[in-house]
Amino acid sequence: MDDFLFARSQMGMSLGFHIIFAAIGIGLPVLMAIAEAAWIRTGNPVYLDLAKRWARGASILFAVGAVSGTVLSFELGLLWPGFMAKAGAIIGMPFSLEGFAFFMEAIFLGVYFHGWDRLSPWWHWTSGVMVALGGVLSGVFVVTANAWMNAPAGFKIVDGKITDIDPVAAMLNPASAHEVIHMTLAAFVATGFAVAAVHAFFLLRDRQSEFHRRALGMALAVGCGCAPFQVWSGDYSARAVASLQPAKLAAMEGLYHSMKGAPLMIGGVPNDKTRTNAYAIQIPRALSLLVARDPGAWVAGLEEFPRADWPNVKLVHWSFDFMVACGFYLLACSIAAAWLWWRKRGLPDARWFLRSIVLAGPLGFLAIEAGWMVTELGRQPWIIYGVMRTKEAVTPMPGIAVPFISFTVLYLFLSVIVVVLLRRQFLEAPDSK
Amino acid sequence: MEITPALLVASCMVVALIIYALMGGADFGGGMWHLLGTGPRAKEQQKAISRALAPIWEANHVWLILVIVLLFTGFPNAFAVMMTALHIPVTLILIGIVLRGSAFVFRKYDRSEAPRRRWGVLFSLSCFFTPFMEGVTVGALATGDIRFVDGQVTTGFFAGWLSPFALTCGVFAVVLFAFLAATYLTVDPESEPELRDDFRRRALAAGLCLVPVAIAAFALSRNGAPEVFAGLTRWWAPFLLGATAVFGAAALFLLWTRRFALARMAAIGQVTLILGGWSLAQFPKLVTPDVTFANSAAPAITLRLLLIALALGGLFLFPSLFFLYRLFKGRDAH
Repeated sequence: MDDFLFARSQMGMSLGFHIIFAAIGIGLPVLMAIAEAAWIRTGNPVYLDLAKRWARGASILFAVGAVSGTVLSFELGLLWPGFMAKAGAIIGMPFSLEGFAFFMEAIFLGVYFHGWDRLSPWWHWTSGVMVALGGVLSGVFVVTANAWMNAPAGFKIVDGKITDIDPVAAMLNPASAHEVIHMTLAAFVATGFAVAAVHAFFLLRDRQSEFHRRALGMALAVGCGCAPFQVWSGDYSARAVASLQPAKLAAMEGLYHSMKGAPLMIGGVPNDKTRTNAYAIQIPRALSLLVARDPGAWVAGLEEFPRADWPNVKLVHWSFDFMVACGFYLLACSIAAAWLWWRKRGLPDARWFLRSIVLAGPLGFLAIEAGWMVTELGRQPWIIYGVMRTKEAVTPMPGIAVPFISFTVLYLFLSVIVVVLLRRQFLEAPDSK
Repeated sequence: MEITPALLVASCMVVALIIYALMGGADFGGGMWHLLGTGPRAKEQQKAISRALAPIWEANHVWLILVIVLLFTGFPNAFAVMMTALHIPVTLILIGIVLRGSAFVFRKYDRSEAPRRRWGVLFSLSCFFTPFMEGVTVGALATGDIRFVDGQVTTGFFAGWLSPFALTCGVFAVVLFAFLAATYLTVDPESEPELRDDFRRRALAAGLCLVPVAIAAFALSRNGAPEVFAGLTRWWAPFLLGATAVFGAAALFLLWTRRFALARMAAIGQVTLILGGWSLAQFPKLVTPDVTFANSAAPAITLRLLLIALALGGLFLFPSLFFLYRLFKGRDAH
C-alpha cells in the first residue's frame, strides 16, 4: 500500500468510527427526551430511571464522539491539504455553522447530564431537546459539506482557477436534500433499533420487566416509525444519484452496459475485465422502473465513462446491496411490530419478535457504514466530483502508515472499552440479572 | 489600517483562541493537578477537579473547533500550509485530545477502583501532553522556519516545531494552564475551604514557575522567532509587556492575600494580554515569514458570510454559555 491508500484508509477509518457516535448523538437525545417527557406527564418513576440510564450511556458515547469528530476536522487538512486549500472558502460555511451547532450540543449536554437537581423538570427537558436539536443540526451541516463533494456547486472554474464563489449555493447543492434526509433518518432508525435490541435482549430473560418493556416500546416507536420513510428516502436518493452521478449509480447496481429496460441486479460478482456481473439475481426491467419510473427507460452503464473514472465497482455494489438488505430487514421488523401492536393493542413481546429485534440491533449501524462506503467509494476517483481527483489533494507527507496504524489501534482500544463500559451499564439496569 | 473582512475574521479567530486557552486550557490544567494531587486531601482535590470539569469541558473544547473552522474557511491556504508542515505535532495533539476526553469519561463511569486509577493517570498525562504539543505547534508558526514558496511547503515536516523556541512555548503553555486551573479552582463552587488553600499554594507555585519560562521564551524569541521579537520592539510593546507583568504580579499578590475572585480576574487579564500581544506582534503573519492574513484569505464573499454567521451564532452562543456557567459556576451553584 502506498501513502495515498493509507491516507484514504485513515480518513475512511476515522469517518467509520466517528459516524457511529455521531448517529447515536442524533438519535439518543430524542429517546431521552421522550422518556423524560413521559415521566413529567405521568409521574411514573420508571420513565425517569430510563431517561437517566440512557443519559449515562450517552455521556460516554458523546465524549468519544466529540473527540473523534475533532480528529476529522483536522484530518481534512492533515490528509487532504490540496482539497482544503481549494474548497475551504467554498464549503467552510457549513463547517462554521456546524461549529455553533456543536456548541449548542456540548453546552446543553453539560446542562442535561449534570443539571438533574439544578433545574425544574421542564427546563431540564428543554435542555435535552436542545441537545437533540444541536445533534441534528451538526449532522445536517456536515452532510451538506459532503454533498458538495458529490455535487459541487456555487463556483466557476476559469482558466483552472476557482472564481465566483457562492457559499450559499454551495451549501444548498443538488445533493444536499437527499443526503441530509437519508442520513438523519438513518440515525433515528439505527439508534432506535440498537436501543430496542438491548431491551429486547433483557426481555427475553424476563418478559414482565416494566423497565425494559417501556424502554422497548419507546425505542421501537422511534426506529419503526422512521424505517418506512427511510426506504422512501433511499429511493429518492438513488434517483438523485442517477441524475447527478450516473457512474456511481452504475457501480451501485453493478451495471456495465447501458441499456433500455435495465434489470435490477442483486448480489453477484462484478468483473471489470469481462464487464459482467456473474451470479447476480436479475429482476428484469426493475432498475429502469426504479430510476425513471418507466420499465423501458434507458440507464447509463459504466461503459459510458472512461475506465479511469470508475469507482471500485465490487465494493460499491456489495456495500449498496448490503445496505438495502439491512434496510428491508428493518422495514420488515417495523411492519411486524405495527401489525402485532395493532392486533394485541399492546407491546409486541412474542419470543420470535424479540429475537428478530435483537438481530436487528447492529443492522442499522452496519447499514450506515455500508451507505457511507457507497457514497465515498462511489465518488472516487474524485474528491470533488468531476473537478478534483483525490490523488491531487493528498498530503505530501510520507509515512502515512504510521498515523493510520496509530489511530486504528487507538480507536480499536476505545471501541473495546466503550463496549465493556456500556455492557456493564446495561447489566446494572433493573431486572437485568 | 483599513478594517477588512479578513482582519475581522482574523480578530474573531484570535478571540476564540484566547477563550480556548482560558477555558479549555484551564481544563487541561485541572487534569495536571489531578495527577499532582498530594497531601492528606489528595482524593478530595481529585474529586473537586473532576466535578469542576465534568459539566463544561466539552463546551470549552468546542472553542478549538471554532478556531479551526474559522482558519480553514477564512484562510484556507494558511490552513493547508500549517497542516502540511506541522502534520506530526498536530497529529500528536489529536491523539492527546482523544485520550484526554475518553479517559476522563471512562474514569467517571468505570466503577472499579484500579481501572479508575489507571484512567485517571492516562487522563492527567494527556493533559500534560496535549497543551505541550499545542504550545509547540503555535510556537512553530512564529519561528520563521516554515517556508511556503511557489505554492509548496519547502521545508519538510520537522521545521520549526523542534526548535528551542517552540519547545519552550510548549512548556510555557503547560505551566500557564496549570496556573490558570489552580487559580480558578480557588474560587470554584466545588472546592471546600481547605481545598481552596491547597489550590492557592499550587497557583502560587505555578505562577512563580511561569516567570522564568516566560523570560526564557522571550529571550529565545530574539533568534528563535525573529518577526515576533521585532514586533515586540514597536512603540506599544513596552506598554503591553508592562501591563502583562502588572497583571501577573497582581494575580500572585491577590492569591497571596487570598482575594481569589480578583486573582482569577487578574490571571484572565494576564493570559489575554499574553496571547493578544503575541498575535499583535506576529501580525499580519499567520505562518512567518511567508503566509499573511491577506495572501491566504478566502474571497470577500466567504469572509462576509462568515462574519454574519459568527454574529448570529454569537447571539445564541453567549447567552447559552452564560446559562451553563451560571448554573455550575455561579455563586449559589452548589
